[in-house]
Amino acid sequence: MISEDAKQKMRDAVAKYPVARSALLPALRIAQEEEGYITPQGIQAVAQIIGVHEDEVTSIASFYTMYHAKPKGKYVVKVCNSIGCYLRGCDNLLKQLEDELGVQPGQTSADGLVTLETAECMASCGTAPVLQLDDEFVEQLTPERVHEIVLKINNFSGRTPGD
Amino acid sequence: MTEQVRIVTKNIDIPGIDTFSVYTQHGGFQALRKALAMEPAAVLETVKNSGLRGRGGAGFPTGMKWSFLAKNSSKPTYLCANGDESEPGTFKDRMIMEKIPHRLVEGVLISAYATGAKQAFIYIRGELAYAARQLERAIAETYAAGYAGKNIMGSDANIDVVLHRGAGAYICGEETALMESLEGKRGYPRLKPPFPAAAGLYGGPTVINNCETLSTVPAIIENGAEWYASYGTEKSKGTRIFCLSGHVNKPGNYELPMGVTFRTLIEEFGGGVWKGRKLKAFVPGGSSTPMLGADKIDTPMDYESVASAGSMLGAAGVIVIDDATCIVDAVSRMEEFYRDESCGKCSPCREGTFWLAQLLERLAEGQGRADDVKLLSDICDNMSGKCFCPLGDAAITPVVSAIKLFREEFEYHIIHHNCPLSEHNRSAAAART
Repeated sequence: MISEDAKQKMRDAVAKYPVARSALLPALRIAQEEEGYITPQGIQAVAQIIGVHEDEVTSIASFYTMYHAKPKGKYVVKVCNSIGCYLRGCDNLLKQLEDELGVQPGQTSADGLVTLETAECMASCGTAPVLQLDDEFVEQLTPERVHEIVLKINNFSGRTPGD
Repeated sequence: MTEQVRIVTKNIDIPGIDTFSVYTQHGGFQALRKALAMEPAAVLETVKNSGLRGRGGAGFPTGMKWSFLAKNSSKPTYLCANGDESEPGTFKDRMIMEKIPHRLVEGVLISAYATGAKQAFIYIRGELAYAARQLERAIAETYAAGYAGKNIMGSDANIDVVLHRGAGAYICGEETALMESLEGKRGYPRLKPPFPAAAGLYGGPTVINNCETLSTVPAIIENGAEWYASYGTEKSKGTRIFCLSGHVNKPGNYELPMGVTFRTLIEEFGGGVWKGRKLKAFVPGGSSTPMLGADKIDTPMDYESVASAGSMLGAAGVIVIDDATCIVDAVSRMEEFYRDESCGKCSPCREGTFWLAQLLERLAEGQGRADDVKLLSDICDNMSGKCFCPLGDAAITPVVSAIKLFREEFEYHIIHHNCPLSEHNRSAAAART
């Protein structure tokens, strides 16, 4: 369900541009923030407000990696595995996360708590290895810091690591 | 000991410099005030005379780019700041946007004034949430002070600035794909010509500059073209923010005059190769530029010298690779990036990056076949110059340059089904059993 408030935010986005269609990416972002992922209702609302066909909106949403058609975990951990982080040992840290969180990259835990993903270079090679926890950077990762992140996520749910 | 020369990064470490009040206390927006008192043509001329060249990768002279804007178009002129920083090995624009966002906003306003654009967009990479919040606030503060929007600083100049967030696509750093994305479409590159200067965003004359380029403009206006041109070399004027990463003791951003050598950057600023190891190779300008062997470490970091050494200064992302690194593995990792980021518009890039990544993975795992190196080179030949946009040529660059420098290491993987480096040797062997 896209709220009237979210629809108003989409209309406000449209007002910022010389051409309404430029607000398509911001509108999709608003829809995703509202529902956690891009739903058919989200597509419909964006299509109505921007004034393009729903199929067109779906096509565009599918092009950009940050829009997703399925729900994700409460926490999303994105680990950069491009060259800069690779040279600074990201593969071992990704393996550690897989083991401690009990999920494989690209998967969400059965309880819906956490999604683990790999990501392309995140403009943080000088502080590699790096991950994003819910879109915020955690840089200069060590096995200890990774473990702290796992504890933080698990503490929220009261589960024990690797469950 | 060489010192950093802080022009773009001036005052960047002052606490609170990311707020309007502290930025203005330290001379912020004085350049904008000065520019508004000049004729737009004079501002453009100053930038032209400074010798400033694009910091996004291509190194095209900025003032000249501005002067190419169509004069008699019936449509409005637009300015876009390219903050879609995604090139593996670069992390300078993110730093500017996060730590000193008003400098970019000031640079955008001055540049829009000089080029006659009444509407500017800052296209920021979608993943950079914090940088987007910083810029959003900086833009709001600038408007609140009357330094953006209508009658800027009481003058008759009107310039609007809108922050536009991407949503995850490396290709949108390519200028025509960026415009498509800004128009609310898939980020597919456009056929050129027409070039953006003639018909770009919404069909209007459009100038697109990298964040660092635009953030350099205030200092040039404030201190003059000659002052700026006194830094650097004859053809590569000024400073650049060199992004140092990989196997060094002190990775990070270092702003240095062009012409300083890679050795100075890596050894003096980076504290040398880590763990007491030796330099095997380095990438001079981001993963899309050919890697160079350790023998090129004394090359000066300017456009011309790096070109003579067989590579490009690109986006100045210097990636250091030590001698314990399996080059096949490293290149395999670089290629995965291009495979994942190829937009799919043209076949040579979409298919080529896929097959290159497959072959490299097979080689790295010790499963390579007899003529795989030739096969890799053939695929690269079939992509070279045949892809729709520069991403295809970028994608073959790590492969071509690594085979040129380390052919024997590739062949060792095929003959011995193994890596010549012992540590990697063991893990490759373990993976097969």
